Amino acid sequence: MEYFVQQLINGVTLGSIYGLIAIGYTLVYGIVGMINFAHGDIFMVGAFVSLIVITALGLTASTGLGLTILALILVLVISMIVASVYGWTVERVAYRPLRGSFRLAPLITAIGMSIVLQNYVQISQGARVKPLQPIISGGHTIMRRVDANGEFLVQVSNMQIFIVVITFSLMVIFTLLIAKTPLGRAQRACEQDTKMAALSGINVDRTISLTFVLGAALAAVAGLMFLLYYGVIDFFIGFVAGVKAFTAAVLGGIGSLPGAMLGGLVIGLIETFWSAYFSIEYKDVAAFAMLALVLIFLPQGLLGKPEVEKV
Amino acid sequence: MNAPALLSVSQVETFYGRIQALRGVSLDVHEGEIVTLIGANGAGKSTLMMTICGSPQARSGQILYRGHDITRTPTHQIMHMGIAQSPEGRRIFGRMTVMENLRIGASVADPSHFDRDIERAFALFPLLKERRNQRGGTLSGGEQQMLAIARALMAQPRLLLLDEPSLGLAPLVIKQIFGAIRELNATQGLTVFLVEQNAHHALRLAHRGYVMVNGKITMTGTGVELLGREEIRAAYLEGGVH
Repeated sequence: MEYFVQQLINGVTLGSIYGLIAIGYTLVYGIVGMINFAHGDIFMVGAFVSLIVITALGLTASTGLGLTILALILVLVISMIVASVYGWTVERVAYRPLRGSFRLAPLITAIGMSIVLQNYVQISQGARVKPLQPIISGGHTIMRRVDANGEFLVQVSNMQIFIVVITFSLMVIFTLLIAKTPLGRAQRACEQDTKMAALSGINVDRTISLTFVLGAALAAVAGLMFLLYYGVIDFFIGFVAGVKAFTAAVLGGIGSLPGAMLGGLVIGLIETFWSAYFSIEYKDVAAFAMLALVLIFLPQGLLGKPEVEKV
Repeated sequence: MNAPALLSVSQVETFYGRIQALRGVSLDVHEGEIVTLIGANGAGKSTLMMTICGSPQARSGQILYRGHDITRTPTHQIMHMGIAQSPEGRRIFGRMTVMENLRIGASVADPSHFDRDIERAFALFPLLKERRNQRGGTLSGGEQQMLAIARALMAQPRLLLLDEPSLGLAPLVIKQIFGAIRELNATQGLTVFLVEQNAHHALRLAHRGYVMVNGKITMTGTGVELLGREEIRAAYLEGGVH
């Protein structure tokens, strides 16, 4: 039981990171109908920017908790802004000129952009893994058990609390942004009918750019969380995390915002529980097997949109 | 009619890929008029409506609106100049509520007039008020048509483009919609450019009309004149060969 609770906590933390990345896939797919394979690498760029800013600020574990959190929010903002610029540029340079082209063209370009970003970071930052000393330490013991095998503690680290709280607040803010503001309305209008959106005076190109910017900003948040959680990053982390988040988006129902969040949680939990109870080597296999099962038995995903259009 | 036209289309040619849909179309719509364009299915009427809005853009020719050349202006900017369209197929945002659809329509309008405009739209189509929180996709065809027109009106247009507002509707609803158009024209001086297959209704409503065949304007005249023409009666009014 205690072991289960501990894994649940770990799984939710990991899942919220995947969920943040998955939102970017799902939003972009919803509006332009393409899988942005460079999105995982925007996440990686976000992680690198976070590391650079943390190093520049000289944050360490000995910095007080309150100051650390303030500093991390600053890191978050800078990293979101920089990643947004990357996301915007990728769309502007590589995707927009191909809009209206044959379906595979933007897909191939996306893979190309992914390779470009990886190599760019590899050359500018080096190929070796970058470590980060833990900067949020401490935690809370929420359960304990003592038996013949010794003592087992269920712990929530301050880091996990930080990750989950920031992630969920951003998801709430983001959901409200899409549901309630004129900007979100324009975004949904473009997603449903680009031509009619333009006929209503909505600047479709700008709305698409904005979607890439928002997706990239959330990916940057995930990048910081990943960095804090695992403490090591390299230029290739965007690939695996990106594919997992993509799996999460498909699992939740591609195009659906709550679906992406739910899908992220499910993938995070599957991966964690599989590692905990079966085999850590096969955790990726478990996540992707889930994708295969979903595609076969529930192709529209968990929260995929049923078409309600009436003729 | 010596004043410059509100909308002036001259020698416009539009292509879909290699297929030519409009072959040198010219027509004028003056301030305060209701002008109709009639013609058979596939004649290019809807293409003209969309070309006026820059989607697709004309390959050659010129479109002037209030004296400005809008032939190469991006669609969303044209819509900010006081043109609104209720397009072919209605194109309701199916996963948004009626209210949200109307809000989208109002994106180009002065937001301080929103409450007044929405009351007007609901006065014109009371059914929409009842359905305000329902998703657009769940409305009936007639209700969607009303919503499409109301959405276009929310933009506070000077020129309203209506593409087949009567398509697939019950006669009673058609009467209601045409009544609403006449009223808007008479009381608010709204200029209307109307595409219709239902030639009889359209010509009786309009001040002037144009007839389009295979991407060309073949005839023009006042509504009454066109209604009286033998070839119009044969082709469009008495179920003749289209």
